[in-house]
Amino acid sequence: MSLVDIRGVHKHFGSNHVLKGIDLAVEPGEVVAIIGRSGSGKSTLLRTLNGLESIDAGEIEVDGTALKAHQDSAEQLRSLRLKVGMVFQQFNLFPHLSAGENIMLATTVVQGMDQESARDTAKAMLLKVGLQDKFDAYPDQLSGGQQQRVAIARALAMSPRVLLCDEITSALDPELVNEVLAVVKQLAAEGMTLIMVTHEMRFAREVGDKLVFMYQGLVHEYGDPRELFAQPRTPELASFISSVM
Amino acid sequence: MAYQFDFPAVFDYTDALVTGAGVTLGLTLVGALLGGALGTLGGVVRAWRIHPLDWAFRLYVEVIRNTPFLVQLLFIFFGLPSLGVQINEWQASILTMVVNLGAYTTEIIRAGIEATPRGQIEAAQSLAMNRWQTFRHVVLRPSLQRVWPALSSQVIIVMLGSAVCSQIATEDLTFAANFIQSRNFRAFETYLVVTFLYFLLALLTRQLLNWVGRRFVAPRRPCSPEVR
Ligand SMILES: Nc1ncnc2c1ncn2[C@@H]1O[C@H](COP(=O)(O)OP(=O)(O)OP(=O)(O)O)[C@@H](O)[C@H]1O
Ligand SMILES: [Mg+2]
Repeated sequence: MSLVDIRGVHKHFGSNHVLKGIDLAVEPGEVVAIIGRSGSGKSTLLRTLNGLESIDAGEIEVDGTALKAHQDSAEQLRSLRLKVGMVFQQFNLFPHLSAGENIMLATTVVQGMDQESARDTAKAMLLKVGLQDKFDAYPDQLSGGQQQRVAIARALAMSPRVLLCDEITSALDPELVNEVLAVVKQLAAEGMTLIMVTHEMRFAREVGDKLVFMYQGLVHEYGDPRELFAQPRTPELASFISSVM
Repeated sequence: MAYQFDFPAVFDYTDALVTGAGVTLGLTLVGALLGGALGTLGGVVRAWRIHPLDWAFRLYVEVIRNTPFLVQLLFIFFGLPSLGVQINEWQASILTMVVNLGAYTTEIIRAGIEATPRGQIEAAQSLAMNRWQTFRHVVLRPSLQRVWPALSSQVIIVMLGSAVCSQIATEDLTFAANFIQSRNFRAFETYLVVTFLYFLLALLTRQLLNWVGRRFVAPRRPCSPEVR
């Protein structure tokens, strides 16, 4: 069975029908890159996967935890979110906590880890993203790229089964993009399951196992990134690729 | 004929001044602590729209914000006993300070909470934190930090406003002033000294609140800005 199973998911914002029946399965260890024009529903889809957006129809299942439309109790959401980590475009680090404390917060408060192990975990995660010397630094003392790497470390500390990344390099200065992508690439190599919305087409082609092209609220094309980039099957993907590359 | 200043006539009553200033500070301290707690509760209730407490706080805030402090004090001191609630001038003064400050604090803290960036809450949610954990660990401190200057000013406004508590014979600094000038007939000197004392108390309180803010509300910064 797939690790992530998305079946017939619909989402409306008022009269705006944003997701129009999404079906998608993600296998353990897969790196899925989601691309598409602005407004095609990429972020909304990602956000439904950890319950930041409720769904109006369909079903989402992650590692045995299912979420249906109008069936999302606090307990279900908690169970889902323990399995799904998320990294945001704007980092969203907690400004009043140091890098280390940002990582330790959820492991202590949510998982009930004791301070000692939480500290060790946080240190290990910072080491993983190459920021072992920034444990005591506050977010506003870090560059954008460093903040985003702390945000990745914070999500990883919860040992999620899947990591969602929504345009995590879009708010960065160009020279900082690569340090973040390098971390993602390393995670992919270690077998982390990743679902990422990205505008980095070259990265999607290089690192992605699957490419999802979203168009008007639907998965318009799905397949091997290298094949799809070389030979888009639909004119919509062809025109999208030529407009961004 | 030139007016002959006679400040020693005031300083004969130093004890009364010190006691009065102590009472004013005490009223302010208790008022700020209890009023702050009430206002934090109110701010959360209003920001989260917890029914039916929500509309109760809304009504409460509107009533307090749109009536004079003195009338609130008189209502509590003379009005409550008519309802069978026995209350002395101390209790009435403290209660009025708490109720008054609680209302303003509710609005200030509500504004602070509502200014929390959406992304902060989403980050906490995505880490599987529940509503209470999110509030306690992610929302509260930055919200207080945002509104700390406004809260401090409000505490000082209420401290200065507490002068009217002398109207119901609470023996605060203003009460001491009235008492002293009725004995020495030196109104100018007495009120000048008391004005200066209020000024000092206000400065002192602001310093204290600034320190509390730096020490307990703002992030515990490492001293060197060279971490990057
Ligand atoms: N909270 C919301 N309330 C109302 N409408 C929303 C909300 N979030 C998204 N939308 C709408 O849903 C549609 C899809 O938005 P979404 O953010 O998923 O697009 P996207 O593919 O991620 O675009 P982008 O590349 O610009 O990030 C858009 O029309 C957007 O205006
Ligand atoms: Mg988006």
